[in-house]
Order: sequence, then structure tokens, then C-alpha cells
Amino acid sequence: MAHFTKATSIKDWLDQRLAIVKVEKVLASEYWIPKNINFLWAMGMILVITFVMLVISGIFLLMYYQPNVDLAFDSVNYTIMREVGYGWLWRHVHGVAASVVFLIIYIHMFTGIYYGSYKKGREMIWISGMLLFIAFSTEAFSGYMLPWGQMSYWAGMVITNLFAGGSLHADGLVEWIRGDYVPAQAFLTRFFMLHVLLVPLAIIGLIGLHFGALRIPHVNNQDGEEIDFDEESKKYLAGDKAGSKVIRFANDFMAKDMMVVGFYLVFFFYLVFYHYGFAMDPVNFDPADGLKTPAHIYPEWYFLWSYEILRPFSTDVGLMAFAFAQGIFVFLPFLDRSPNAIPASRRGLFKYWFWAMLIDMIALTSMGKLPPEGAFSTIGLVAALVFIGLWIALPIITYFEKKA
Amino acid sequence: MKDNSRRGFMGKAFGGVAAVGAVASLFAMKKSWDPLPSVKAAGFTTLDMSGYKENELVTEKWRGKPIFVLKYTSEMIAAMDESQKPRIISVGEASYLVTLGLCTHLGCIPSYEKDNKSFLCACHGGTYDIVGNVTKSPPPRALDIPPFTIKGNTLVLGEVGPEYLEMKKNGLTL
Amino acid sequence: MKELLILVVVTVFTLVTYYLVEPFAHKNLHKHVESEAFVYADLPAITKLGDAVRGKDLVMGAGACTGCHSINVAGVAAPMDAVSSAAAYGVNPPDLSNAGVVYDEKFLNALIINPAHTLMVEHTLDESQGEMHPMIPFYGAGGDIDQEVADMVTYLQSIAVSQEELTPPMAFENACGRCHGVKYEQWTQIGTKGSFKHKRDELAFDIDVLDYKDSLKAYMGKLPPDLSMYIRSRGEHYISTLMENPQNYLEGTSMPRVGVSADTAEKVIEYLEDAGDTKRHEREETGKYVMIYIIIFAIFGLLWKKQVWRDLH
Repeated sequence: MAHFTKATSIKDWLDQRLAIVKVEKVLASEYWIPKNINFLWAMGMILVITFVMLVISGIFLLMYYQPNVDLAFDSVNYTIMREVGYGWLWRHVHGVAASVVFLIIYIHMFTGIYYGSYKKGREMIWISGMLLFIAFSTEAFSGYMLPWGQMSYWAGMVITNLFAGGSLHADGLVEWIRGDYVPAQAFLTRFFMLHVLLVPLAIIGLIGLHFGALRIPHVNNQDGEEIDFDEESKKYLAGDKAGSKVIRFANDFMAKDMMVVGFYLVFFFYLVFYHYGFAMDPVNFDPADGLKTPAHIYPEWYFLWSYEILRPFSTDVGLMAFAFAQGIFVFLPFLDRSPNAIPASRRGLFKYWFWAMLIDMIALTSMGKLPPEGAFSTIGLVAALVFIGLWIALPIITYFEKKA
Repeated sequence: MKDNSRRGFMGKAFGGVAAVGAVASLFAMKKSWDPLPSVKAAGFTTLDMSGYKENELVTEKWRGKPIFVLKYTSEMIAAMDESQKPRIISVGEASYLVTLGLCTHLGCIPSYEKDNKSFLCACHGGTYDIVGNVTKSPPPRALDIPPFTIKGNTLVLGEVGPEYLEMKKNGLTL
Repeated sequence: MKELLILVVVTVFTLVTYYLVEPFAHKNLHKHVESEAFVYADLPAITKLGDAVRGKDLVMGAGACTGCHSINVAGVAAPMDAVSSAAAYGVNPPDLSNAGVVYDEKFLNALIINPAHTLMVEHTLDESQGEMHPMIPFYGAGGDIDQEVADMVTYLQSIAVSQEELTPPMAFENACGRCHGVKYEQWTQIGTKGSFKHKRDELAFDIDVLDYKDSLKAYMGKLPPDLSMYIRSRGEHYISTLMENPQNYLEGTSMPRVGVSADTAEKVIEYLEDAGDTKRHEREETGKYVMIYIIIFAIFGLLWKKQVWRDLH
């Protein structure tokens, strides 16, 4: 057994047993972050804060929610919204956070793409991030089932139908996923389990992986500058804080993070109290009815771009395009053949690729909600083809990119 | 050296035994997600065919899904061509359309346009004719016909009868 | 400065996306109907000044209103209970005590002379089959029919409570509540479901509701939906313009034009807000304090950052 001495303080007592001084250094005061970053680097902290708000509000919703097809709708709209003290607050926080979290994820993702933060050495940061994106998507979808409104039911019907695989007719697989021929009790209860247990566990594990993946390659910076972290941290510790290119995670980086979080929360709570409608679809305030399809079925805004890629094609091609869209982002570090880990603005054709991809995804997103008729249908088809084309072009244009 | 490889082998063997257990438990987990026997048992619906009125669409329910039943008028049958007639289901003297009331595209419920004698799916604009054949895409195939068997003047959905098998063999339904 | 530029780029792309998936998409998905301010422009203008005393005689006598309608405030009971009325007419005819304040004056005048047309339900009645609206048109009591109708309406207005006294539940129950239930307010088509001492009494009440709904369903073609969450699922504008003219949104629907006055419409909306958005006042109140707090939080965050980073630059 290790040698323990009489503790001089509570801190010392804990330090002897848990090495808290060392842990604090490793995680905070001597976890070095580049100084040359902008507020986009605070998106990670915003995501953590938003996730914490989702967990807390979710806990209180969980205390009154009833995962039963006959009770679910009323337990949300009557019990939680009318009876539970501040139940409406938890629900609106949960609903708005679930939507806003995707806005921040997309900003976080495009920040990574713009600054090349997935390049050599940082591939696992990108891949674990994309796994988190998939986990969050599953979490959002399973959560959307729970109020058991019309959109819950029909989105559940349409999305689980995708697993029939078009011409493969894997109806058995669809019924297996649902536990019934249609979305019913078994379906609701298993998605409830996924939403409150299995997927959150996966998310927490993946967040650990995502953070862990950052440690060895370190955080990227906004000029793609190669920083010698050992050298720079020595400079910092020697007192040349202004001259050093790195800062402590806490409190230096944290102070900037929390400032951005503060501004973000003003925006967030404005949405929660005064502009929550975008996150809570009106159609879902009609109870689920398996014999009445809503006039328009569309997913929440953050799924629209991939849904739109599915839509303009025939069933089989559409499903293949959809699977392509879902999976392709994971492979970005390997499809980008250029070694340049610098901002897109200094990367030749990739600069145009970045903005084209961003605008194309916004076009897909907006067409995904509109009825697939006339010009909207054409724009959607073009945008879907452009999306696929851009990914095919990526390895080629980056292969010929000049080395910076 | 020899000992080491032996230890390595036993480690792998232990891993193998553990994998067998893991796969076996996966089987149990898969079975736990299967539809329950009570859900499966509720999979049969008997329709009394005598109660339907001509050219009036009735939506029945089978396995939680809507089933369209439409009794044809003699004019409707007279107007049909050879591609349409095989999809007619005859019970006694009368002829019917009996299909799943779900669009084969993405599962929305089409509505029956009484005057045009056709079905329109509002979700993505697909249309079907009077026997459920596609007249405007995106639906990839005609409205599905549920497994059925004819018993006297009733139709049992969920049970496979000779007429259904015949239709399936001819590729009229899945 | 560079950060500001980045913020502008992020904000612009976010707002463009928001605009496209919310206001723009909804404009294309849903039909927009302008409010007509409950003026009922298609109905004939009122030309006569009514007299309540003459009106009372007509309502109680030649007008034959009380053959179907109760007027509780004047001591006239309903000839039948709600369930039997629905079995006979399809729907329970309203009590007329407050009809004079709930419904628009012009609408009432027109309704008495030609119910089916005024209610916009002519398309649901197949005249070749001899189908008629259950409310029989008033053909006149021998004098000037316009004068007689004006007298009846004036009488109904004279017995009604004032606009201020009309509560949201009164407005809703009279105008909408005989077809629509509101589960979250314990409202059924035959009245509020209270608490029962004996289970059998409760079951008897439920059976009455079911019987009523069966008649209603046969009459309307489908059971009118429960409106508990309609303020969230449809919103104020939709409900308000639907009341003005149901055909605006639901072409061919058997739902009649409701004919309420603008004031009553507001009260109906308030009732539905109480049902489906009960905590709205608390939300607005809490919102103010949270916003003030969170702005202070952000300011402190800014000050802390400035202090920590003073040494870093």
C-alpha cells in the first residue's frame, strides 16, 4: 500500500488519495489551449452547457411523463404543461435546447471544416464528433416520438419505413424495430428507453472520447499555425503570459468560453420564453391518429437536408443517396487529400468548396420542408446532385491543392 | 517462451468462449425486440362483405393499418381494361377493391376521389386508379393487397388463401 | 474586429436558414386567410329598428323559437334534454338566453330568415333527398318580416348579459361547445363533467356523452375534434378566421359558420388559451425576470473575461 501521512488540510487529504492537484493541472490549469482563437472555439462549451440543460430539464419531465400510447399525449400536454409547477418551463427548455443544440452542432462542424481541424492527427476528433452527431440525431428522433402527437406518429412511421430498404422489402426488419406492425405501444416504450437511457449513455461516453481525442493533437487555432506547446507553456509558466502563444484552459480559455456562453444564453432564453414555436411543431399538438395522415409530413429542421436528398429520387436511388449523405461526413479527413491544416480562405479551390457546401446544405434544408412541387422540386433535385457532386469533387480538388 | 504462447492461446480461447456467450445473449436481445405473441395474434380481421355500398370507400383496420374496401359498380368493372381486372377481389356476386390504405411510397394514407374514381396521396402527390395501380409517381408500385382468404361471404385478412397466392404469384402484390 | 465579422457571417446564415424553414416554408405550406373582422359583409344589412316587447311575443309565440330552444333566463325550459335533442336534430339547439350577445346582430337577423345559407351549410343538404337544416326558416308572422326579425333579435339582446359579463366559458360553450369537447377543461358536448360520488352515475353520464356523440357524428359526417390543444396546434389566427368562415380552410366541411361577434371571438380564443396554454401569463412574467438575470450574467461573464485576459495580451 502507498504511504499516507497525516493530512494537513482537506485538500491534502484528498490529494493523497485522489491526486487532485495533479488532476487539476492535467484537466485545467496546465491543459494548454492556443491563444489565437475566436469565439467559434467556444461552441464546445456551449454544447456542454446545452447538453446539461437538456439532462436537467429531461429529469424533471421524466418524473411526470408516461410512456403509454393512451396517456403519453395528456401526460405532456395536461400534466406537465398545466399541472406540474414550472413543468412548462422544463418542456420549453427541453424542446428549444433540442433544436438549438443542432444549430450549435452545425456551427461547430462547419468551424472544423473551415479551419481544417480534422487534418492529420486530428482525425479522431472529427470522427468522434460525427459519432456524436449520429447519437444526437438518434436522441432527437427518439425524443420526438414521446409526446405521441401526429408528427411523432407519422415521422416514426415514415422513418422506420426507410429500414425496409426500398426494393429489398425488409418488412420483417421494420416490424422488428417497431415491435408491431405499426408504431404502437412496444414502439413507444422502446424509443422511450432509447431516449432516456441507452442513447444518453452513448452520448456521455462519446463526449469523453471526443475530449480525449483533443489532448494529444491539441486544439487547432484560427491561422493553422504550428505551435510548440511544450515551449510555449514554459514561456507562460515563466511569466511571459503576453508573449506565450498558449493559455491555460482554466481560467484563461474558460473565461472567454463563459463570456460567449453568457451571450448565447441571452439568445437561448429569449427563444425559450418568446419564440419557442419553431422548436415545437404545431402539428404535434394533435394527438397521434394512425388513420389520418397530416397534410404535410416533414422532419425537424436539422434533418431536412438529408431528408431532401432522399426525396427527389425514386425509392431505391433515394435511399442510397440518403445513406450516402448520412455517412459521408465521417470520411471527410480521408477525402480531403490536402495536408494543409489552414483556414479555407487560404486553400485555393477548397475555399469555394466550403461555401458551396454550406449554401447547398441550406438550400437542401429549405427545400426539404416545402411541398415537392414545381420549382421547389427542381431546386431540391439540383441541390441533391450538387451535394453528391461536391463530395466526389473533394478528393480531386484537394489532391491538386498547392502545399502551403 | 513456450509458456508465453500457451498463455496467449488460453487468453484467446477465453476470449472465444466469452464471445459465444455474448452472441448467445444478442440472440435473446433480438428476440426481446420481436413483436409480442399478443400483437401477432391480433393480426387477423374478419370483414363481413355484405354491408358495403357501391362506390363508397370504407376504411377498415387490420394490424393497426388502414384497409380500403370499395365495392365496384357494374359500370366501373365494364370500364376496366385487362391490366386492372386481375386485381378485383370477388366475394359472392360482388366485386371489391381491398388494399392496404397506405401509399407505397412512404406510407401516408391516400384519399379517395369519388368523382374521379381514383386515389390521391397528399404527401407527395402520387395517384392510383380505381384498382390501386399507380397512375402518377412517386409510388413505386400499386397499393398492396393484404393476405386474405374468402370464407363464404366474409373475407379474413391476415390468412393466406388461394386467391391471394394466385395474385402474389402473378406479381400483383408483394 | 475579425470576430465581429465572423459573428455577422454566422448570424446571417442562421437567419437565412431560419427564414427559409419557418416563415417562408409555412407561407407555402398553409393557406393564408385574411380576417374579415367579423363584419359578415355577405349578409344583408339591418334596415329596421327592433322593439323588444314585440320581439318577446314573436319569440315565445309566432316565431316558434321555444319549440326547440330553451331560454333559461326567461324561465323557458328545453322541450327535450341534450341527448334526445341530438337524436332528433343531430345537435342540441342552443339556449337563447345569451344568444343576443354571443352572436353578431346582422348574423342573427339573417339566420332567422335563412339558417342553412347563413350558416354556410347548404352544400351538406341534399334537397333532392328532402334534406333540410333542422332549424326551420322563419317565414314571417303576417307583418313586415324584416321588422319582425329585428324585434326578435332586439328581444334576445335585451335579455342577454352585457358583453363585459360574458365570460370566456359562456362564449365558448354557447358558440362551440355543443359540437366540440374540451377534455382539458372537463367540457363535454352536454356540459361540464363534474365529479361523481358513485361510479354508476359517472358511467351514466359517460353513456349520455357517447349517445350524444353518436347522433352528432351521424349529423356532421365525422365527430368534431376535441379542442383542448387547438390554440397550440392551430393558433389564434386560424381559429379566429375559421370561425368566420370554415370553408376558408376546410372546403366542403359540414362545420357551420359560427356567427359570433368580434368580442365573442376574442373570448372564445381566451377560453382556448386557458385550456391549451394555461401558463402563458406565468411564462411571460417569468420570462422578464430570467431575461434580466441572464443579461446580468452575460455582463459579469464579459467583465471576468476582460480581467483574466488583461495579462494575456
